[in-house]
Amino acid sequence: MTNLPSRRGLLFGAAAVSAGVVLTGCTSNDPDDGDDKAADTQPAADDQPGKQVTIGYAGPQADHGWLNAVNDQAQKRAEKYSDVTLEVTEGSNDTAQQIGQIETLINKKVDVLVVLPADGKALTQVGLKAMRAGIPVVNLDRIFNSPQAYRCWVGGDNYGMGLNAAHYIGEKLKGKSGAKVIELAGLDNLELTQQRTKGFDDGLKNYPNIQKVARQAAEFTVESGQAKMAQLLQAQSQFDALWNHDDDQGVGALRAIEQAGRDDFLMVGGAGALSAFQAIKADSGVLKATVLYPPTMAASAIDLARALGQGKGVSGLAEFEIPSTVTCYSAVVDKENVDQYMSTGFK
Amino acid sequence: MTQHVSPPRDGTGKAAPVDGPPAWRVQLGRADVRTLTLLGVLAALVLIGGITQPDSFLDTRNLQLVLTQASVIGVVTVGMTFVIVSGGIDLSVGAIVALASVWATTVATQEYGFVGILFTAVVVGVGCGLVNGVLIAFGQMVPFIATLAMLASARGLALQITDGRTQVVTVPSVLDLGERDSYVLGIPPLVLVFAAVTVIGWLVLNRTTFGRRTVAVGGNAEAARLAGIDVRRQRLYLYLLSGLCCGIAAFLLIVLAGSGQNTNGNLYELDAIAAAIIGGTLLTGGRGHILGSVLGVLIFTTITNIFALNNLQTDVQQIAKGAIIVAAVLVQRRTASTH
Repeated sequence: MTNLPSRRGLLFGAAAVSAGVVLTGCTSNDPDDGDDKAADTQPAADDQPGKQVTIGYAGPQADHGWLNAVNDQAQKRAEKYSDVTLEVTEGSNDTAQQIGQIETLINKKVDVLVVLPADGKALTQVGLKAMRAGIPVVNLDRIFNSPQAYRCWVGGDNYGMGLNAAHYIGEKLKGKSGAKVIELAGLDNLELTQQRTKGFDDGLKNYPNIQKVARQAAEFTVESGQAKMAQLLQAQSQFDALWNHDDDQGVGALRAIEQAGRDDFLMVGGAGALSAFQAIKADSGVLKATVLYPPTMAASAIDLARALGQGKGVSGLAEFEIPSTVTCYSAVVDKENVDQYMSTGFK
Repeated sequence: MTQHVSPPRDGTGKAAPVDGPPAWRVQLGRADVRTLTLLGVLAALVLIGGITQPDSFLDTRNLQLVLTQASVIGVVTVGMTFVIVSGGIDLSVGAIVALASVWATTVATQEYGFVGILFTAVVVGVGCGLVNGVLIAFGQMVPFIATLAMLASARGLALQITDGRTQVVTVPSVLDLGERDSYVLGIPPLVLVFAAVTVIGWLVLNRTTFGRRTVAVGGNAEAARLAGIDVRRQRLYLYLLSGLCCGIAAFLLIVLAGSGQNTNGNLYELDAIAAAIIGGTLLTGGRGHILGSVLGVLIFTTITNIFALNNLQTDVQQIAKGAIIVAAVLVQRRTASTH
């Protein structure tokens, strides 16, 4: 069996690539030969200036480090392109207000909309309205109720965060029989928290030597992280690893760990805050890694919006058009690769 | 102690014998029966905790933990009790804690170290209390509305200052206050502050003119005015006092969490009001018990602790918390019925 072509196919996202392109890849050793390739007929988006594009951006209120980083990433990326004008609305968590802001952007006739809704379900209608008005919508992170309401969705992989955290912990505790892990989850009434926990539990099933002995939900805040972690530490006199869903509440969790004077376990964080990266790099405490929920997805959303506005595909993919969904990978950042990610860390 | 007009009731709700209440009843009085009830609830909780998790619950460290976690909200509740006794309400306490904590942890104040952070937290708390007080006492605004407005604007301002970021404290002397090394005879400094605020609060409410005026204003503001009490000034002072407590609580929270964040103090207003009501303070004003409020806080914190030690999930915790508020108030109705 020759598995080289199929492996390459996987690398380029075989599932997303059309059968014809896979065939081309399989029958030819040199991807540059042949004269009917997609890349020749349809330009891929690159850094070269192209047609002027006005992108409307509507994000939520940045009341959390990650959301703040998302808004920052979007603006910085847009500044990078001389052919992009970004129309930014004031961040809001109020559904009615955000609908009003998006309607204003529609009326201004922006070329493309990038929307991170405070509530995806509640903003579906205004997404539909924009699409009907001929303005393609890039839906960022919190997904609309209907695929008709967006042209492209870019977001993170909450299930993957849990899964990768479990795999990292599983590899670290390999060979240790009767290992115990605990989980400090985020806001329990958010679906994303449940997905993170499901991924974590599924991942742990690969390691029969590990048992999850406790789980408490905090509220994504430093204060709740400190309070819940202090209780968990009191409840569990001995365990081997901790997965904390969010680096912001992790600041509080680390404080509780320090106050309790505990250092007998390894901790894996979530999201990718700068303070977490710095702690991982310094390697002075229990925090050994963090699983990304990359705020750079906002920059990618701007890239995709620009490509949409200019009618281009995406560099590195053979498709004529940009994909309909992009799910960012929840990479594990530890001491080995932390330098690479440092610049994306949010405060 | 005031003399009872209606015959006192015992725990079963039946009327006491006609030849008068037992001697211990007369001596204890109504307020102390309430306190004893609350202590009974707390003792029952300790028993539950001790039975379910004997190793981790009945442990010095756990006692320190529960008291530490009660400290921040406890200080806020003492201030809130005064406001409720006067017939008012302060919905802005959580937001004031948030604003005071982020202002006190900005880079500028961290340069001035321990004193800078403490001073800023207290000044911001008192400042917000002053605005509340002036709006209510001299602007003739309903406390509910005035403090609701403060809730919104203080949270907004806290968000603006932080930009949604977590402001980590880098001042060692502040952080050290939360460490085990600084415990005094095994008691965390935060708990000592909480105890001091409780004792001072109790003395002020029960043994001073200021306390009597507060009760009088809450009982009947018009009668208090006719009796020569400057009702407006009294109200101003009470919201200042609540703001001061929020400032102190903000500092304790900074020590505890090692940071300032605009989400700090989330829902403190509801927790403080719930604790005060469980403690026997009338929401309509005119009667209040600092010790009851503090016991209310301890009951809530102990419940949270027991739930966490038994690894119960958030939804179960919330349902149980609601049930306990209802049960506590119902028990009180029977053991210490109001006029």
